[in-house]
Amino acid sequence: MLLFSSLVFLASAAAGFIGSLTGLGGGVVITPVLALLFHVDLRYAMGASLVSVIATSSGAASAYVREGFSNVRIGMLLEIATTCGAITGAIIAAHTPTTALSIIMGIVLLFSAYTSTRPHPDHEANRADPLARRLRLNGEYPSESGLKKYEVQGVKGGFSLMFGAGVTSGLLGIGSGALKVIAMDRLMRIPFKVSTATSNFMIGVTAAASAGVYLRRGWIVPDVTMPVMLGVLLGSLVGARLLSGAPVKALRYLFAAVVGVLAIEMIYGGITGRL
Amino acid sequence: MRMNDERLDRSVGIVLRTGVILAAALVLIGGIAFLVSQHQPVPDRHKFHPEATPFTIAGVWQGAIHLEPAYLILLGLLVLIATPIVRVITCLAGFALERDWLYATISLIVLTCLLGSIIASGL
Repeated sequence: MLLFSSLVFLASAAAGFIGSLTGLGGGVVITPVLALLFHVDLRYAMGASLVSVIATSSGAASAYVREGFSNVRIGMLLEIATTCGAITGAIIAAHTPTTALSIIMGIVLLFSAYTSTRPHPDHEANRADPLARRLRLNGEYPSESGLKKYEVQGVKGGFSLMFGAGVTSGLLGIGSGALKVIAMDRLMRIPFKVSTATSNFMIGVTAAASAGVYLRRGWIVPDVTMPVMLGVLLGSLVGARLLSGAPVKALRYLFAAVVGVLAIEMIYGGITGRL
Repeated sequence: MRMNDERLDRSVGIVLRTGVILAAALVLIGGIAFLVSQHQPVPDRHKFHPEATPFTIAGVWQGAIHLEPAYLILLGLLVLIATPIVRVITCLAGFALERDWLYATISLIVLTCLLGSIIASGL
């Protein structure tokens, strides 16, 4: 038991460390690592992952919010979609065989790995969506040249995609950070830094919405979750401290490759019925 | 208005940080106690046992008061899950103080979803 906890703690710390350095989030690899390396049942793995996602996102968000990167109004509005989605996803997960869940997780992992290696150019100044103006979503954020204003577009499209991000989060016990950032960065044209910070801000609330269902079904167990939560939290805090000065680009490709391999293993394990 | 938004940001930051620290402390203390006092059989986590853990918030609280390691960990996890919920309540209060009724309503909808999911799950 001590050996299991120590190894899981170390693996989780590594995942949290690299996850926060690369911006991919450590949560995405926790479930495959637990299921594939430690042969933990997928449901216990998902439960532990869901909890660790709340820990890391809340920890990171507390810093981002105070630095003025997160847009609390955008986050709050979109959380209506993500929480409803997460509850839906968690209920679907309870009635889905683990083989299907692991295949879906593999696909989502492949997608996250792919998007993490793509560049994200700055958006040109655009005309705001009238709905964004009415909902007062437009804001400003600190940049090298002082406070920079931004206008939000595609509110309806972003809101709809956020429901999908919520479903994925509840279905798989992940934060769905990649999908959230795409909704805000690509669809709503929110600056990348604001998108990632606001995504982080929303992940905790999204995950908390499905936590009730996970807890009640006995998917969150203390012995598995304890080393995972503490490990990921420690790793991501250290990673966030080191964020400047690390060879992030090379690391991001390396991590994306690891995620890709885990993804294929998950899909293979699902098809052969091992998971 | 701006000043109030900044104050809200700061309160939200404090809530999140406090929640995570408190949760991590409970999980750490419970975890160490759990590993030291290993007299109960090690649960098998390679297979899923649906009926093994029928637990409720009241049950976790009872176990935690009696300083049972596993329940201290679970209490920490409950604190962690409650942290984003308290954050939403903080935003609700903050927007209401700013007289931003639109966003107070939006916060209330999110809070209803969160509490609804907890209550409906029967914890």
